[in-house]
Amino acid sequence: MSEFLQLMGEYDVLGAFLVNIELTAWSALFSLLLGVLLLMMRISPVSSLRGLSRVYVEFFKNMPLTIIMVFMVLGAFAQLKLTFSDTFAKNFFWLAVTGLSLYTAAFVCESLRSGINTVPLGQAEASRALGLSFMQSASQIILPQAFRGSVAPLGNTFIALLKNSTVAAAASVATETSSLMSTMIEYHANSILLIFAIFAFGYVILIIPIGILTTMLSNKLAVRR
Amino acid sequence: MNSDTQQTSLLFDAPGPKGRRKIFFINIVGALVIAGLIVMMLMRLHNPPGGDNQLDWELWRPALDGEAWTDFYLPGLWMTIKASIVAVVGSVVFGLVFGIGRLLPNVFLKAVSGVIVEFCRAVPVLMMMIFFWRFFAFAGIESASYWAVVLGLILYNGSVVAELVRSGVGNLPGGQREASVALGLTQTQSLMTIEVPQAIYAMLPAAVTQLVVVLKDTALGSIIMYTDLLQESRRLGSMYFNILQTLVVAAVVYFVVCWLLSRLAEWLPERMQKRTAAFAEPDPVAPIAILDPSNVNQMAVAKEVGEKRYGGAARRYHVRHRGSNATIRGWRLDRYRQGYDVSQPDSQVEPQQFEIIRFELPDFIKPKVDANRNRDDGGDGEDVKGR
Repeated sequence: MSEFLQLMGEYDVLGAFLVNIELTAWSALFSLLLGVLLLMMRISPVSSLRGLSRVYVEFFKNMPLTIIMVFMVLGAFAQLKLTFSDTFAKNFFWLAVTGLSLYTAAFVCESLRSGINTVPLGQAEASRALGLSFMQSASQIILPQAFRGSVAPLGNTFIALLKNSTVAAAASVATETSSLMSTMIEYHANSILLIFAIFAFGYVILIIPIGILTTMLSNKLAVRR
Repeated sequence: MNSDTQQTSLLFDAPGPKGRRKIFFINIVGALVIAGLIVMMLMRLHNPPGGDNQLDWELWRPALDGEAWTDFYLPGLWMTIKASIVAVVGSVVFGLVFGIGRLLPNVFLKAVSGVIVEFCRAVPVLMMMIFFWRFFAFAGIESASYWAVVLGLILYNGSVVAELVRSGVGNLPGGQREASVALGLTQTQSLMTIEVPQAIYAMLPAAVTQLVVVLKDTALGSIIMYTDLLQESRRLGSMYFNILQTLVVAAVVYFVVCWLLSRLAEWLPERMQKRTAAFAEPDPVAPIAILDPSNVNQMAVAKEVGEKRYGGAARRYHVRHRGSNATIRGWRLDRYRQGYDVSQPDSQVEPQQFEIIRFELPDFIKPKVDANRNRDDGGDGEDVKGR
């Protein structure tokens, strides 16, 4: 117990988790926006936009997140001089958010698309019969139902995002959990099991409420047909 | 692709002349925007502020020549594939043991496997890899990073496979279990000889999808100094100061391998559907979450909806009987809650389960079977009752 308290006093473990939560929150916001845009493109009658969205999703679904993160730092930042801020730490943070958002948007699009598939054909037919245009029927009839139908896969995607935020270590974000764990183990090799347990249970504690919330929401929001 | 056309036609009619003109116009604008984006990217590559021209052939040549392949990419790819294969075999074993453990009637075994599986699903793979890497290094094991990568992947993906086994069994029609219990098998026997073998066929496509995840996750190994494809391309890039170029080449290799595996996962279901009574469909998003809400296969639900005669009202069974949190134990109660009273069989219409499953019949039998089904189906009234 004293060992535990000493470790918690010496290192800012909660702060590291906060960094991961921040990474997750920003990436969730941006990937949701980009994912909805991709979805609209994917279901639109315009073939060039459909193709673009499809290529995007296929590309990021089959690409390791690690290589995207490494690319953000060593390619986009070091070679192409893509910068968000003058401070190094802030800059790496936003580069990591960019990488995570680009990657997760593909999965958000796929989750929402699976939700669209649960909307019965009759809904679209009825909205067309009422004379709604594509944008009107998509935004007022189809997408609201699709969102409600895709709570479960979306929740899964965001839980994966929280876990993936540890990969920000590859984008040189030094204050997040996996980097901190690595440092702590380096200096306190004897309490390696305790250190791993602290971080592992931190994630279990973070993820269980999201899982329960997703279950509740998906049961509450699902359209019973 | 078939599903694509079906989806797009869901939202709009075949356009008339005016609509076609409009679409043509937007198409051109869209194409121009895409072209503009590509040009912008090339401009940035050509002339980054305060940097070198990244399109210079002098930078690309060392990233593409024969030596780069033989000395860096191919050994790296081999390391990636080696770790993936060992991890896949290990996670199938892990998944079968704990997936079946979670289904056994013994409460203790069930609880233990449940805790292990949920724990391994919640902890980020990178955390496990770093932990094992340091741990093995302290224990003095050779090639610690290799075993750390393999073990980390086995624990995470094994727990996903365990959930796939469980969802495969949960998705089987209740009749399979009833029939085997009626034949005098015990619960465990029915599980091992009837249900699990079918569940394995049903989960194969999803397992191949998981293979893509394994292959992608081996790239995490580069963080713990495992010399996989990503690490090798970084090393090559730091030799010639062309890391952007070598990363692009590595990305292309990763993409090609993963994309081929994804195609395999899409091709498998129709093969496997003949051998099982459960759904053999890969999920668009692999089951990831701890305590996830059932991982219902939304694509299968959508297909059901599309195939109904009136184009709607498909899911008569509660979601609880689908997906990885499905339980086959409480089906009778759920059915009752959904409006089917077993004690009044005459006044009730039996809700039909899993209409999506069509066993392959020769053509000359088909009309007869269809006629029977339509008569039993009963028409509109049953749709209301079935809810």
